[in-house]
Amino acid sequence: MSLSPTGALRHSGSLFAMALDVLRTMPRRPFQLREFIQQAWFVASVTILPTALVSIPFGAVIALQIGSLTRQLGAQSFSGAASVLAVLREASPIVTALLIAGAGGTAICADLGARKIREEIDAMQVLGIDPIHRLVVPRVLASMVVAVLLNGLVSVVGVAGGYFFNVVLQDGTPGAYLASFTTLAQLSDLWAAELKALVFGAIAAIVASYKGLTAKGGPKGVGDAVNQSVVITFMLLFVTNFVMTAVYFQIVPQRG
Amino acid sequence: MGVEICVEGLTKSFGHQVIWQDVSLTLPAGEVSVMLGPSGTGKSVFLKTLVGLLKPDRGSIRIAGQDITKLREHDLYEVRKLFGVLFQDGALFGSMNLYDNIAFPLREHTRKSESEIRRIVLEKMDMVGLIGAEEKLPGEISGGMRKRAGLARALVLDPEIILFDEPDSGLDPVRVAYLNQLIVDLNAQIDATFLIVTHDIASARQVPDNIGLLFRRELVMFGPREKLLTSDEPVVRQFLNGRMQGPIGMAEEKDAAQVEQELAQLGNGAHADSVSRTEMTPRLLPGPGITRPPRWQAIARREAELHPVHAWKGAGA
Repeated sequence: MSLSPTGALRHSGSLFAMALDVLRTMPRRPFQLREFIQQAWFVASVTILPTALVSIPFGAVIALQIGSLTRQLGAQSFSGAASVLAVLREASPIVTALLIAGAGGTAICADLGARKIREEIDAMQVLGIDPIHRLVVPRVLASMVVAVLLNGLVSVVGVAGGYFFNVVLQDGTPGAYLASFTTLAQLSDLWAAELKALVFGAIAAIVASYKGLTAKGGPKGVGDAVNQSVVITFMLLFVTNFVMTAVYFQIVPQRG
Repeated sequence: MGVEICVEGLTKSFGHQVIWQDVSLTLPAGEVSVMLGPSGTGKSVFLKTLVGLLKPDRGSIRIAGQDITKLREHDLYEVRKLFGVLFQDGALFGSMNLYDNIAFPLREHTRKSESEIRRIVLEKMDMVGLIGAEEKLPGEISGGMRKRAGLARALVLDPEIILFDEPDSGLDPVRVAYLNQLIVDLNAQIDATFLIVTHDIASARQVPDNIGLLFRRELVMFGPREKLLTSDEPVVRQFLNGRMQGPIGMAEEKDAAQVEQELAQLGNGAHADSVSRTEMTPRLLPGPGITRPPRWQAIARREAELHPVHAWKGAGA
């Protein structure tokens, strides 16, 4: 990757151009259903287990922090409310983002990069097939769908983990924990988190595909592409997360 | 019938490095042309520019009345359906077996039934001698087989233009001979326009109607085979005879004084050798059992006059 300002601008420009191409190509028939299902299955299979394993300690850490904080403040009855809110609003989209980018995105980038340097992509273009339509669109859609589902998984596992740690390890009251669930959190929090996950999935897959399809310079180029795709995706995801959260607080009235 | 490709004033550079400039040539419809050049002179880049994978800096490429350098991406995909390209390593899709690889263009572009696809695929696999290897993955077979599979895939859509990127690299001489025969047979059968990029002199002497030579960032010469084989141009002579004396050096090019000295030495001593090799090599003709179209009948007649002994074998079949 060139470090000159024009190089950086050119890369961002081509990345956005490809994102637009993906949007424009999305409605084109025939939809690559087979590729979509294969990719969705593939992304799901590389992310489900790590996601579950990451979200248990993530939910636990939040529960521990909030548990001790609420005890100091004498507000134990709110520990359930606070940990649900934290898991649902922030923890689950972030965990989803990390895993979609780290496990799904890298796999997509490495796969497309390897095809690129073996001239498979060129061969496909010569055979009159648009790789964006044939390969990228199904991957982007698959990654979006899986991200939304993963976000649900993380929420459930994270809340369950929080419950376990609060109730079993910190001697919280199960009834109070469950009863306070909806004092702060509301249904729109879940929708907002799912929307975030949808956008994160799209960004991760588009960046990974872009980096994969522009890989050059042999096997080392593929390694570099994967590395850069993870770094770029993380930066974009955290910025997007901040912006979406800020917008959410402006347009959705909060409880309490 | 093949399609004519008309290239004019084509220039390509990567950053400040000029690959070649002002390349103008016409690949006549239905004929076999070879593009020669030392390694690193941008032969593969030329091929990729012809199919629109790379955009040239200047110049035009007219195929079937359209300038493909000015086409939009979407129209480019339509024009590319005219092409069959054999990439250096075959460029097969690593995740599919050979059968699916070869069936891929048919499944994507046509509404043919599976049984019809099967018939076409097996016919092409038979043509390149790959029957029995349908279930193999590209990673499990030799480089020569990958090349032949790549060729079969390039052929399934009945292209008007076939481009070969170094069909002979990494193959043993016997397989190269078979491949050359296959190329000539194909040309007689399907009548497409062929362009072969290579640095194998033996193939270049036997196979094509036309030869071009890229060197020092430009097209040194392009014309009928006879013209180049008998040319006095130092670069052309050096390359077609595969000798060290001449303008082409190990790294890039030599200085003028050294070239003159070497050529003078060659004129005194090693003259006999170069004369014998510059002699016209007989052309490879379509094998027995291939019905020759009028163009090939004319070539065979001319060859019979030039090389009575050699042509006797071809005509007797």
